[in-house]
Amino acid sequence: MNETISFTLNGKSVSLTTDSQRTLLWVLRTDLGLTGTKYGCGKAMCGACTVIVNDRVARSCTLPIRSIKGKNVLTIEGLAKNGKLHPIQEAFVKHDALQCGFCTPGMILNAYSLLLKNPEPTREEIIEGMEYNLCRCGAHIRIIRAIETAAQEMKGAG
Amino acid sequence: MNEDKLQVAEHGHDEDIYPLSRREFLQSLGSGIVIFFAVGQVPTARGQSRGKKERPDFNAYLRIGEDGRVTCFTGKVELGQGPITSLAQTLADELDVPLESVDMVMGDTDLCPFDAGTWGSMTTPYFGPVLRAAGAEARAILIGLAAVRLKVPKDRLAVKDGVVFDKTNKSQKVTYAQLTEGKKIQKRLEQEPQIKTVGQYNLIGKPVNRLDARKKVTGEAKYTGDIRIAGMVCAKILRPPYHGAKVKSLDTSIVDKIEGAQVVRDGELIAVLHKYPDIAEKALGSLQVEYDIPKARFDDKTVFDYFVDNAGNSKVTAQGGNIESGQKLAKYMVEETYLNGYVSHAPMEPHAALAHFEDNKLTVWASTQTPFGLRRDLTRELGMSEENVRVITPFVGGGFGGKISNGQAMQAVKLAKIAKKPVQLVWTREDEFFYDTFRPAAVVKIKSGIADSGKIVSWNYDIYGMGSRGSQLFYDVPNHRTTVCRELKNGENMHTVATGPWRAPDNNTNSFARESHIDVMAARAKIDPLEFRLKNITDERFRRVLKAGADKFGWTPANKTPSGRGYGMACGFDVNVPVVLFAEVKVDERTGSIEVKRVVCAQDLGLVINPEGATIQVEGCITMGLGYALTEEVHFQGGDVIDMNFDSYELPRFSWVPKIETVLIEADESPSRGGGEPAIICMGGVLTNAVYDATGARLFQIPMTPERVRKAIASRA
Ligand code: FES
Ligand code: FES
Repeated sequence: MNETISFTLNGKSVSLTTDSQRTLLWVLRTDLGLTGTKYGCGKAMCGACTVIVNDRVARSCTLPIRSIKGKNVLTIEGLAKNGKLHPIQEAFVKHDALQCGFCTPGMILNAYSLLLKNPEPTREEIIEGMEYNLCRCGAHIRIIRAIETAAQEMKGAG
Repeated sequence: MNEDKLQVAEHGHDEDIYPLSRREFLQSLGSGIVIFFAVGQVPTARGQSRGKKERPDFNAYLRIGEDGRVTCFTGKVELGQGPITSLAQTLADELDVPLESVDMVMGDTDLCPFDAGTWGSMTTPYFGPVLRAAGAEARAILIGLAAVRLKVPKDRLAVKDGVVFDKTNKSQKVTYAQLTEGKKIQKRLEQEPQIKTVGQYNLIGKPVNRLDARKKVTGEAKYTGDIRIAGMVCAKILRPPYHGAKVKSLDTSIVDKIEGAQVVRDGELIAVLHKYPDIAEKALGSLQVEYDIPKARFDDKTVFDYFVDNAGNSKVTAQGGNIESGQKLAKYMVEETYLNGYVSHAPMEPHAALAHFEDNKLTVWASTQTPFGLRRDLTRELGMSEENVRVITPFVGGGFGGKISNGQAMQAVKLAKIAKKPVQLVWTREDEFFYDTFRPAAVVKIKSGIADSGKIVSWNYDIYGMGSRGSQLFYDVPNHRTTVCRELKNGENMHTVATGPWRAPDNNTNSFARESHIDVMAARAKIDPLEFRLKNITDERFRRVLKAGADKFGWTPANKTPSGRGYGMACGFDVNVPVVLFAEVKVDERTGSIEVKRVVCAQDLGLVINPEGATIQVEGCITMGLGYALTEEVHFQGGDVIDMNFDSYELPRFSWVPKIETVLIEADESPSRGGGEPAIICMGGVLTNAVYDATGARLFQIPMTPERVRKAIASRA
């Protein structure tokens, strides 16, 4: 069913008319041209498509676009502000927490929501919070380290 | 800024998507210094001529522009292992420029020199030296120019950060940018230039952060599926239910009514095209299709017996001495069979391609490890000339050997040709599991003899279903023979699904079998596994690695075997790299689950360009290796692949990752070797050995699923 859907995307309001059952992932990637959100499995199993909706983590590959009407969506493209990387992004660069980089946007946004809920996570809590995001290249150790660093940084800043 | 050009070449941005052909490109470069190479005739750093002789064409390897930026053109691609950084680092060091001033243009067949492909840890050892020579040559030319300009003899000049200065009077200086201004120097490298030696390096051997990190953390990095060009449509292909299935009938009437959808068929290839990939995918479900399905010969459980029972001709790949006389010297004979199933590459980025015909030129963006191989296949398939086919490789989201075969690109090209518009095809995860070229399932049978002295005196090693890489003995065994059998009695290939190289092909299975067997023998002879290996390895390089790893791990002989400590070790050898892994595991005997607590890896990579990068590679290998050792195995019934997504095909997760420690043996004077693979090959062996040490249960088949572990525990002696 075609419907007009309005929501806030990375701080700007957008409105588009499309089949409201389509998933947010493909609307972002095609209609809206934001390709930083990745397709990895299409079944909410890998986390490559992770975005933030109203401050909560969401897997956009299984999220119908109609369910985000009026909501606030943050994608990887919206995380850096005026060319300045977010501390989590900084920490990923600093710790080489990526190889091929395909899982990276999803990892960063998942970490973002993790730190939102729990600004001072223990290592175990980080592992638990990241458990369902997959990385085939095996960057896990560095990702954990990056999140630890980011948490420190953000605490300092906050 | 050259950055723009890099963007275009790498990623094909909408505005200027078709830069010039290489010839035009070189003409258009304007001022600057370009060093050409004829690949295959290149004097490399060590005097040997390496590389492919296939195309003795001239190629621009690097260019120093008027803006002082250095552009490096390479047929290598960035799959995640970091050549974008290590190659830039190498070049920047030889040229004495800041790392940030190097731009990499990778995997574009129009702009970059021929390259056989990015795999097997070959980038560093084979391409690195060539690049260093080119960098050194360019530097020599620039110093020559500076000598004239500053009126100072060459030997009084030095370079730092792209500035040439008089060593005796530092205010006398000129930048590379100034030197190249208005000049158009094109030089073919003819003899081996003077490259730097240890001690002269500024960047080589230093940890640096990845050059592509910023793009990758902001979502800016473009992968093939992210590229958009005018008029393109997205394709989703109808995946047959079974390998070898043939379409009997197809009814497209429902899909024909979907606005904007188009069904395209080329023989067995059936696809729906639509502006939106999700709508194309949904439409596939409305195609009415019937198939003829071939009969299953085996499944994931019966495959091993099937191979052995139906084995056809075998080939001897290595032999020495005489097996029979060796056996006579033996005090103990040990005979075992080792099994390893199919595994999938499962890169996080599924295969993707975008194909565009324009006039008589074809451009293909592809997630591939072999842009030039793809171009060759396309020219053959389409009867087009090489000048008219261009393959561009954006960032690739992991390959591991799976992106050497380019099925998706061929499919996209066929569809684009029929549809007469640009077609982008991204495999779904299910397509990815179905069409993947799996690491082949294989059986290894080993019969070996140990003399009273603890020396291995005979070694008979038979492989079924895969090749011999990694089976070469680094143990000193006087009497040995290795055979490989890959075909059935009727001459057919053993496998019914597609198979191909998987990170260090064959070596994972061969190392698992050999290293398990070494431990079985050590236990039989009642010798500590480390001591047993040292008794049987004389190669000094290898012994150094073994000892360094054992030191780091804190290996001590146990007073009984199995010791209950859960310690294991395994050695391996891949692309000239000796590697050893030590591990500690904890096994829950009730559930059969294995916790890997700690892994130590020692390897000798020769001169390490980027130690941080090498360490990351080791971590990546060990983490990925947990998968094939513990869970990863493709289930199937004949041509029906059962695992289709990550619910049943389990990749390693955060909570599985052990403490990982890496020892890189210092060997700066020996040539660089690739670190992208060696560490992974020992994971099967080291963990089965550790599980044995923990429980006394020996697993002869990997992955060590909880079920298999429980079974082995139940039947332990
Ligand atoms: S693509 Fe959404 S979780 Fe994998
Ligand atoms: S960096 Fe490649 S999948 Fe995580």
